[in-house]
Amino acid sequence: MFLDLFYGLRDEGIPVALQEWMTLLDALRRGMHGSSLLRFYHLARACLVKSETFYDAYDRVFARVFRGVEGRFDDVADEILQWLADPKNFPNLSPEELAALERLSSDELMRRFLETLAEQTERHDGGGKWVGTGGKSPYGHGGQHPTGIRVGGPGRSRSAMKVAEDRKFRDYRTDVALDVRQMRVALKRLRQLTRTGLATELDLDETIDETCKNAGEIEMVFRAPKKNDVRLVLLMDVGGTMDPYYEPMSQLLTALHDERGLREFRPFYFHNCVYDHVYSRARLTRADAVPTGDILRSLDERWKLLIVGDAAMHPSELLEGHGGINPHNTSPTPGMTWLQRLAGHFERAVWINPDEQKLWDHTYTTRLVRRLFPMFHLSVDGLASAVQALVGARV
Amino acid sequence: MAAQQDDFHRFSGTAGYIASAPLVDAVNCAVALERPLLIKGEPGTGKTLLARHVSDGLGMPMLSWHIKSTSKAADGLYVYDTVQRLNDSRFGGGDVSDIRRYIRLGPLGQAFAAPKRQVLLIDEVDKADLEFPNDLLRELDEMRFTVIETGDEVAAKERPVVIITSNNEKELPDAFLRRCIFHYIEFPDAALMKKIVAVHHPNLDATLLDQVLIKFYWLREQSELRKKPSTSELIDWISALLRAGITPDQLEAHIPFVGALLKKEQDAEALTRFDEKSGRYPTSWKELGPRYNQ
Repeated sequence: MFLDLFYGLRDEGIPVALQEWMTLLDALRRGMHGSSLLRFYHLARACLVKSETFYDAYDRVFARVFRGVEGRFDDVADEILQWLADPKNFPNLSPEELAALERLSSDELMRRFLETLAEQTERHDGGGKWVGTGGKSPYGHGGQHPTGIRVGGPGRSRSAMKVAEDRKFRDYRTDVALDVRQMRVALKRLRQLTRTGLATELDLDETIDETCKNAGEIEMVFRAPKKNDVRLVLLMDVGGTMDPYYEPMSQLLTALHDERGLREFRPFYFHNCVYDHVYSRARLTRADAVPTGDILRSLDERWKLLIVGDAAMHPSELLEGHGGINPHNTSPTPGMTWLQRLAGHFERAVWINPDEQKLWDHTYTTRLVRRLFPMFHLSVDGLASAVQALVGARV
Repeated sequence: MAAQQDDFHRFSGTAGYIASAPLVDAVNCAVALERPLLIKGEPGTGKTLLARHVSDGLGMPMLSWHIKSTSKAADGLYVYDTVQRLNDSRFGGGDVSDIRRYIRLGPLGQAFAAPKRQVLLIDEVDKADLEFPNDLLRELDEMRFTVIETGDEVAAKERPVVIITSNNEKELPDAFLRRCIFHYIEFPDAALMKKIVAVHHPNLDATLLDQVLIKFYWLREQSELRKKPSTSELIDWISALLRAGITPDQLEAHIPFVGALLKKEQDAEALTRFDEKSGRYPTSWKELGPRYNQ
């Protein structure tokens, strides 16, 4: 059962290594879980999980592994005994690690474990049981989030299972929610530091070296300060199918405008697809139109291109001449050609899609656009990967 | 065994700091296992304060090391003040031949060298360069280092209690994380928040407090907000309300001193618009939804 926890966490992609596991065993050996599963839950989380983004996965694994355990601790004790007796359950261990495990599985550890567990059962049988019996179990809901089925009245001390099954750390998963701060953190990495400009910063190490070479006569050495060299051009789809994403879009814009580290930042807007004009304001009026060709001419290939849109449109909007959805403003060149020009011009370009990733393949145009641009989902993870694709090492 | 048991329950929060049970467990776990404790959490949840209160609660002196973007790992151990030595050699001040005079121990070095067990706060570790935590791995593991210039070894007599805070601005390296005990300070729920407020404003009227918290949690639920108000802002806001003598009734229809809570222009404007459209603020916990039903 304990190994289930370990491997369950690893299966969920939580990076748990033997070192953390040993830390937990060490803590257990000292009896720090006290006599409650709840404290064991907190203790194991503190030792094994090193980021709040994994708390939700931990909750899910914990709930799965220890489902229905409360109240029947004899089995747990057996399992622990079994497990302690057979440390070979760990595959791929070096002899030293095995020895370390065996050292921990001393009689003392077992005895203390059994003691605390025995205490636990007694306490349960005597006092109010945590888990209801006879059909009142809160755990029969097929693994779904069991909001509102908290049985047995207002329990002041919450049980570990309830804590785990509450899954209140859902929001911290990096593959879903986003707020401005998280976006800013992700965008922080959008930088390439280079030394450019006037030498205005005192280089202390170099000054000392030069001074020593100069027999103690002080010789100041200056260098140019480090600056971010990233220039970013943003093309953002507005209106229509993007309306449901108004909130994350405006948060992304806020985060980008807040990001003062960028050397230059130019936002442009379009509707559904890029044609021969993009717009400098989200109203997309003719007065704000900027020829797409001008962008290609005036911004060199070292600018980073970030396109935000759902890439979902009618195939003719992407592939045919005069395909633009606005009848007053059509261009003879198909949108696809403009996208190809953009992708060919800029050395680094990415597409951020607010639609869920599993939907991408359902749309013909999205599949086409994905062939041109590396596409990422608008989430903390996706944004971080997009930034990596813009400034990171080439893969 | 009894003595050992006592060891783990040494920290239990102090009069000025309300800590949740999991946090207390995490602190005691880190103290007992002599591992660094890594604390994350929303800004304003008291990460930095924790160290001071652990130091108070355990009766150990505290050292802090506030990390900046220019901090280097080596600075925490010691600094060899070459410029001072050069200056002394040129203008004759003190014994230049004794290098030890120019070695100044950093916070980590001081914590190791101290005769008594210390609490060492490494604040906002994510501000520093990406490699910073990796450079400290060995020192935090073995709690010893060698001063290269003199060959002296500084080893910890008592392994300090190391508390590290992070605001999540950068990813921390795995090797570093593996050595830490981790705790994420959740945003306090209403019940815990009442206790926290009571520490700062002990004589607050109960109905007023309820109204204040309802407005506060309602504001935090609004997903349009650029920056959610935090605990410390709540405490400031209550101070302002108390000084102005606001009554619970006045709070029902209006949120005064909104500047204490909302720090972004757009957020304050959004709330003003809500006011103008005569939007109704919730006045009971029920209106906030099932999460807040008490």
